[in-house]
Amino acid sequence: MIGQVFRRELLLAWRRPGDTLLPLTFFIIVGSLFPLGVGAEPALLRSIGPGAVWIAAVLATLLGLPRLFAADQHGGALEQLLLSPAPLALLVAVKVLAQWLTSGLPLALAAPVLALGFGLDFRDLGVLLAGLLLGTPLLNLLGAISAALTLGLRGGGALLGLLVLPLYVPVLIFGSGAVQAAALGFGAGANLSLLAAMLVLAVVFAPWATAAALRISLD
Amino acid sequence: MLELRDLAAVRSNTLLFRRVSLLLHAGEALRVTGPNGAGKTTLLRMICGLTEPARGEVAWDGTPIGTLGDEYRARLAFLGHQEGHFGDLTAAENLRLAGHNVAPDAVVAALELVGLGTLADQPARFLSQGQRRRLGLARVRLRAAPLWILDEPLTGLDRQGVELTAHLLAEHLADGGLAVLTTHQDLPGLDDVLRQLDLGA
Repeated sequence: MIGQVFRRELLLAWRRPGDTLLPLTFFIIVGSLFPLGVGAEPALLRSIGPGAVWIAAVLATLLGLPRLFAADQHGGALEQLLLSPAPLALLVAVKVLAQWLTSGLPLALAAPVLALGFGLDFRDLGVLLAGLLLGTPLLNLLGAISAALTLGLRGGGALLGLLVLPLYVPVLIFGSGAVQAAALGFGAGANLSLLAAMLVLAVVFAPWATAAALRISLD
Repeated sequence: MLELRDLAAVRSNTLLFRRVSLLLHAGEALRVTGPNGAGKTTLLRMICGLTEPARGEVAWDGTPIGTLGDEYRARLAFLGHQEGHFGDLTAAENLRLAGHNVAPDAVVAALELVGLGTLADQPARFLSQGQRRRLGLARVRLRAAPLWILDEPLTGLDRQGVELTAHLLAEHLADGGLAVLTTHQDLPGLDDVLRQLDLGA
């Protein structure tokens, strides 16, 4: 049951490559615009680099959120998911995992390439990648709650952004903070540990909250 | 055994129906009728557990469905207004990945049965409305659940499709299954086992 949902999600992502590539393309475009807009001064670029990459990652994730449940709701597949004889939170977790694998993970893996444009050195690239590997699933998990809450509302997209951005603030702060701390020689351990702790909390609680929100949205 | 105990439905501050009580035994089907907006779909969603009743409860074999949870959902096959197919998956994939384990042979057989044998590898988004209903019917049948809940299963079906639906229902009921459905069309051959609930009355 769980495995089937996972395979179905991956197959659907494979069949609709546009949906998967859109956040990644958006991420690369936004990230590349920063150096163009700010100018080519190396010191400035190095200092804004981590923040710019993280902001691009947050915005790209936001772009993919509404589709997580809306596409299924439209054709009635979400009702069938709710009627599955398996814990809904687990099914939600599987859907978020599939979404992360197809959109969050590529984003994290593309980030070092983007960061090269800001002149970050290799150690900082590693910290950035580690932060994004911890941070992007967190963004997807938190986003799923908001996507479920705003499902089927008129103007749900705008509301979704308003709801989710405050939740994204700590992720953004600790994620870009990790690279800055590493660059200043403090070590990124504290920031990355906090991100990991938030991820653990989100893995445990976000699917439950999302499942509850879905049941309310479809009532 | 499905039991509706004193159900009432309220939608946006309007009372749709109340005091709906009923006992449905194995081998029986319930046809819900009523004018548009009488709450037929709402009643079906309540029986599924998708919508909370404003009052009363639904029980399966004497236990409220809220208590049973997944145990109840495992005994339930639902075909809604929208079938829940994935347009980007083929007809066969839709059945194979519907969330319960079915043998590949069973998928082929089910598609043949509902007259979609030649369309197995066609993406579901290219199916006509009637074909989508047929695919939904195939999924319900593959689920092998004792309780079928069908919301307007005959919409968009041709005469053959209606006869097929009636035949599958009769088979399901003869096997000791139960069914709740909404439709205003006649279901040939089911008069003996079909009970009526008119929400407009």
